[in-house]
This record gives sequence, structure tokens and C-alpha cells, in this order.
Amino acid sequence: MSTNKIRKMSAKEVAQVVLGGEELFILDVRNETDFIDWKIEGRSVQIINIPYFDLIDGVDPALVQIPDGKPVLVVCAKEGSSMFVAEQIAEAGRSNVSYLEGGMKSWSEYLEPVKVADLSGGGELYQFVRIGKGCLSYAVLSKGEAAIIDTNRMMDQYENFLQAKGAKLVHTIDTHLHADHISGGRALAEKYGATYHLPEKDAGEVTFHYEKLEEGKDIHVGSERIIVQPIYSPGHTIGSTSFIIDNKFLLSGDILFIKSIGRPDLAGLAEDWVGDLRETLYSRYKNLSEELIVLPAHFGKTTELGEKGLVSGRLGDLYKQNPGLNITNEDDFRKTVTENLPPQPNAYQEIRQTNMGKINPDEEEQREMEIGPNRCAVHDN
Amino acid sequence: MTTTLKVNRTIECEGLACPLPVVKTKKAMEELNTGEVLEVKATDKGSVADLQSWSKRTGHQYIGLKEEGGVFRHYIRKADPTETKEDVKFQHTTSLEEIRNKLAAGEKLNILDVREPAEYAFGRIPGALSIPAGELESRYQELDPDKEYHVICRTGSRSDMTCRTLADKGFSKLKNVIPGMAEWDGDLEKDI
Repeated sequence: MSTNKIRKMSAKEVAQVVLGGEELFILDVRNETDFIDWKIEGRSVQIINIPYFDLIDGVDPALVQIPDGKPVLVVCAKEGSSMFVAEQIAEAGRSNVSYLEGGMKSWSEYLEPVKVADLSGGGELYQFVRIGKGCLSYAVLSKGEAAIIDTNRMMDQYENFLQAKGAKLVHTIDTHLHADHISGGRALAEKYGATYHLPEKDAGEVTFHYEKLEEGKDIHVGSERIIVQPIYSPGHTIGSTSFIIDNKFLLSGDILFIKSIGRPDLAGLAEDWVGDLRETLYSRYKNLSEELIVLPAHFGKTTELGEKGLVSGRLGDLYKQNPGLNITNEDDFRKTVTENLPPQPNAYQEIRQTNMGKINPDEEEQREMEIGPNRCAVHDN
Repeated sequence: MTTTLKVNRTIECEGLACPLPVVKTKKAMEELNTGEVLEVKATDKGSVADLQSWSKRTGHQYIGLKEEGGVFRHYIRKADPTETKEDVKFQHTTSLEEIRNKLAAGEKLNILDVREPAEYAFGRIPGALSIPAGELESRYQELDPDKEYHVICRTGSRSDMTCRTLADKGFSKLKNVIPGMAEWDGDLEKDI
């Protein structure tokens, strides 16, 4: 019997299969705990978990579960175990066996750029979907200039994007001090001589220089204007700030998501910020145009991904459908956002410290800190 | 300071990525005798959750983990499938609750812990004396046949055997503590 060759599949290829709604059968060989914590999801993804250490003596337990004739992708934490298992599956006579290059580590880091819209001044707005982690970041491009909002730490992917677009980075902006992922905003700005913006109230303990995000102080990119929302929008953090771009798009940070709302507990002051969060969601945002398209900094489940992966929603629709915007009783609201919250994101304290510049973990440590889902919303939907 | 724990075998998996640490552990485990302890040295962070999960699924006893300078030392004891099932034969037994009450009342007890050194190092009843069951024949003279001993292991099986051996050697005041450290939720003394 000739041995079938296994193929490696990059995170980018997997993302495109998942976003394109193509069928994919995945055998995840990580341990059960990691699998339960987070995995590759998608409406057309079928996934099973058998830890590689149950397959050391043979892959029969897996073979019986893999549909014959269908392509199968083997996934593990880094890559080694998935190659080990994939090779045995191929040796057992199955064809079309691949493994995820770089494992869940690279899945967690991959960013898929999705075009949101052309802007009225001739510019473009892009959303970067970090599909494996649920983080969303944005690029505003105009006349050869670029601003990136809520930058992730994987700088090279933004750099490649900007290079392909022929744009020069002029601003990086964080809507708030993040607790679920390490910001690449400062490092990227430093590398390109751009300006790094952060809300002053979130930056009380930072160790570096930054530009204060202030109400009314617009940030310009080419001929577009990123308007720093004059409605300062605290609640997830005390400094949380929203942006309106082109009078059409509301970048809501971690305050408002499509199917949930931000949690106020990650900076340790849940009770203190409940009032601010309610005020922002039930009054300040309510005064904005219902026609605004909300572009949040996270998504929870892949069911929130729209066409080509875009995560967005009309503000008026969210007021009708988002459970977090439909809690009339203030006491119920307080309970929802402070009690029975999902587990906090992995290493969120260390992540905050890193984003303040207080600790400087190396790349491998940063990866470990970011492992798992983002969990910035009050609902684990 | 590296405290070296006495183990039956050590395997070096430093620098190896998964699946190799688990593959090598499995192979080494097959070559060990029941009740013996394996030390696995690894640098792959993934080895921590994976070896614990693997031990649980295969029934081996994951004793504990020591991390030092980026090296993870895992201690795993080869399980004896009969250990938890075997009937306790020695007639004098005592419960964990009795031990706890006596200690709480300030009574001075001679607790003899007959588990492996690694198990003992990861947590024992404060003040317990350590003589691994396998070393009993060569070390029982360290004990006084006229003193009372409360003999404990993990599940009550090794301690049962120890009580019977010591009784044959003329020890008269022995008590097997059941079930054993697996269920102990009181204070612990540790070396790790």
C-alpha cells in the first residue's frame, strides 16, 4: 500500500474555509481541558476531540469517527502532535489528511482583513477578524495614510497589509486598556514614528508616553476624520472611548458587542462602574443615530460573523435584539453585569500590566498569556 | 536549591515538544514495576496539562509537579489496579477523622507514612515519619516495637501490608489509617 502524503494547512487557509462556509472535519488532539476551553468553530465545521496520547498505540479510535472519503484536518496546540497523528491516519490508508501549521497557537494569531466599506472621502475601512481569539481591530486608510485601532500584537500582519495598500501608518489608537490581549499599538507606532493614542483615565499607571484621547480632539487620517466620540463612554474601563468614522460607523470598543455588552469587572471595579456602563449604553449611545453601524472590538461566537467574516450591526437593531440593551430594571442590570459572569480571560491581570508597560514578557510568554477565548462580554453566548 | 527526590527512574525530555514527552513517559512507564515512581523532566509547557490528563486517563497516579528554572519535573507513580480494590486485612484500623481529632486535641501521634518519597514530599500529615513500604525490610529497626504507630499510605493498601509485616516482627500497637492520604483534607507539610 502506498502511503498517502499529509499536507499542511495554514491558519489563513483554514480561516478562509471556515469563513467561506466550506465543510471541514477537524480532529482536535489536544487534551480535553484545552478543547473545552476553546476550539476552532464555524457553522460548517464538524469537530471531535481525541487527545493525541490516546492515539499513541494506534489511531483506530479516531478512524472510526472520521467520515471516510472526507478531508480531515488534525489540530493540536503547536503542531507536533497533529503531524504525529495525521501521519498515522494517512498510513492507515486515508487520503486528504492535513494538519494545522503552527497549531492553535497560529490559529489564535491569524488576522483576516475584511473590508467594511469605502468611505465618503475616498478612503477605506477594514476590520481585522482575529477569528481564533475573537478580537477585532480596524484600519482606516486614506490618501496613503493609515490609522489602526485596537491593534493586536502581531505587528507583521498589519505591516504586510499596509505595505500591500501602500499606506503609511500615522496613528495607532486603543479604545481602552485591554485585558484580554496584548496591544501592539504602542510598538507599531514606535516603529513607524506614528502617534499612539490612549484614554487618559485608563493610562494612570502607564510607563510610556502617549497621546491623550480627548473629546472633540479629532484624529485625522488622510482626508478622512476619525472622530473621537464626544460622548466619552466608560463602563468596561473608566476611560473607554468610542469613535465615529464618516458619520456612519460607531467603533464601540468593549462597551457594546453585537450580542452582548462589555463586562465591568476586569479592572477590578465592577460595582463602581456599573452606573457608568448603564449610563453609556442606555443614555449616551441611545442619543446617537440608530443608523450607525456598530463595529465592536470583540465577538463571542462565530455565529456573529457575517458575510466574509465581518462583525457588525446597526445600532437601532442592537437596541431591539441585544439582551444587554434590554434590561429595564437597574437592579437586574447590576446583577447581570456583576454576578455569574463567565470566567475572566486567561492571565488578564498580567495582560493589563503588559499593556501598561509595567512588565515586558517575551513573545512566547505573550502567546501563553493570550491563550483561550477573549471573554470580555457579560454573556458567554 | 534543587532538592532531589528519590525516584525509580528519570527521563530527560528537555527541549522536546509534544507528543514526545508523553510518548517517552508512556514507554518508560511500561518498563517500571507497579508502585514505582517516574520523574519526567520537560521544558514544554504543554507537558503539564497533557501529562496530568494522560495520567488521569490511564489510571496512573500523578503525584506532583515541581518547576525550577524553566524545567518541569513531573512525578508519576505507576498505578496498581488492585490497590484501591484490595480488602484491608489488618484488623486494627483508624479513620482520618480520628487522626484529625486527636491532632486537634494536641495529642502526639507517631504517624508512619509508607508512600514513596515523592508522594511524601508533595504533602503529608505534619510530623509524619517516612519509610517507603519497599524499604520496610531494611529499615524497620528504626522503629520501636513498643510504640504505637498510625500507618498511612494513599489508599490504605500499602499501609495494610506494612501493618501485617510489622506485626509479624513483634510490633503490637499498630493502626492502619483508612482510607489514606487520598482523602486527607487537613493540614499538610510539604517539601515542594
